[in-house]
Amino acid sequence: MLKSKHLLGLDGISREEIYTILDTARSFREIFDRPVKRVPTLQGQTVVNLFFEPSTRTRISFELAEKRLSADIVNFTSSASSVKKGETLIDTVRNIEAMKIDMVVVRHVSPGAPHLLSRVVNANVINAGDGGHEHPTQALLDMMTIREKLGNLEDLTIALVGDISHSRVSMSNIYGLRALGVRVIVCGPSTLIPREIEELGVEIYHNIDEIIPQVDVLNILRLQLERQRRGLFPSLREYHNYFGITRERLENASKPILIMHPGPMNRGVEISSDVADSEHSVILEQVTNGVAVRMAVLYLLAGGTSEIN
Amino acid sequence: MKETIKATLLTEEDIQRIITRLSHEILEKNRGTENLVLIGLRTRGAYLAERISNKIHEIENKEIPTGYLDVTFYRDDFRKRLKQPSVEISSIPFAIDDKNIVIIDDVLYTGRTVRAALDALMDYGRPARIYLVVLLDRGHRELPIRADLVGKSIPTSIGEEVRVRMKEADNEDTVLLVGIAE
Repeated sequence: MLKSKHLLGLDGISREEIYTILDTARSFREIFDRPVKRVPTLQGQTVVNLFFEPSTRTRISFELAEKRLSADIVNFTSSASSVKKGETLIDTVRNIEAMKIDMVVVRHVSPGAPHLLSRVVNANVINAGDGGHEHPTQALLDMMTIREKLGNLEDLTIALVGDISHSRVSMSNIYGLRALGVRVIVCGPSTLIPREIEELGVEIYHNIDEIIPQVDVLNILRLQLERQRRGLFPSLREYHNYFGITRERLENASKPILIMHPGPMNRGVEISSDVADSEHSVILEQVTNGVAVRMAVLYLLAGGTSEIN
Repeated sequence: MKETIKATLLTEEDIQRIITRLSHEILEKNRGTENLVLIGLRTRGAYLAERISNKIHEIENKEIPTGYLDVTFYRDDFRKRLKQPSVEISSIPFAIDDKNIVIIDDVLYTGRTVRAALDALMDYGRPARIYLVVLLDRGHRELPIRADLVGKSIPTSIGEEVRVRMKEADNEDTVLLVGIAE
């Protein structure tokens, strides 16, 4: 049972809620192996996908999740530049809501945009990424994938590597994993690690070779070149030399390390091609599980509204 | 809400005898084990299916493919429920096309669970035919559904509940009639 009628982020989520979502997602995962990959659960409900920022994977994943639940879908895409923040966003959604919709999936460049929406509309709001803030469903699918591969999350050490500052994936992962009491390491150049992040209960490292012998999972983040200002590191080649995950580096591991990446990958920058395609890489499983996790979130939020109202 | 136990409807021995009888009746109806497939509805129906499967194995010395189905995603009262049921994983690791499926559940009541199960099975394939076997039929059908084989029929009133307790989940085998007062 989820406490809120929205999924805005994993900040403040309880461990029970995380496990409810992950368990439900596992049941939905089974549907993908059936000849008919669809259940009628959300029949008659309308979901709007509001994407104010480019996205392939997440948008398709949400769309597939909605279709496999038999929901009706409206897609709204807009480039960030054409939509002004604040009033325009609220007006857009109010207008769409006037057409009687039940749920809104929103991605926006501005941190907090889904939170703003959740205060002005009656529909359930799901955050599909808001600026550098949170991307809760990505973190949940990461947790689902790790749990599927390595079992009990709580005994593991999980490292988030690379561009922590600009990564909403890392923020949601930190909130979610820390809610479960998992040991979380962040590792990257100091220019890409936010100040005072240790307040969130994570350990900070700047040397990748120090963490490889002690971790079970490397969640390798994309260098968010489009969000960065210049001069945070000298060059892509230097970044790769110091922080790129390569097969040689992984030879110092004490056990096989699960390799994850939220995509899209910059091959040869944060991750080398042979690691991305290695037998320990679960990058494509993450994508599959993403659909299941999003189905679980849509399902749980749709069922939860009656209790809150 | 106050609950009172009104009667023990079935004891452990009763349940064992019913499982033995239903296993024989399934074999009789299907004329043996050919194309026979059992599907238990989660949660208690799955345990029953497993027990019947073991019993048939004892009788005929043949393994019967047995699967488990959670019909939560197919329920028609999803929007009306206050609490979401926790969903369990369905597992039907074999093709059901052209098979004779026996749906097994603990209690037949409104018929809505069976309706959902029929819809779910159609998404897995096209079975040759489907039978319905239940441990208990308590009446009050809301849909035109009947069981092919029934362990025991018990008239009940709407204000009552039938509690099936099975060793796999509840540490005992018994079926109780419970009265519920507001």
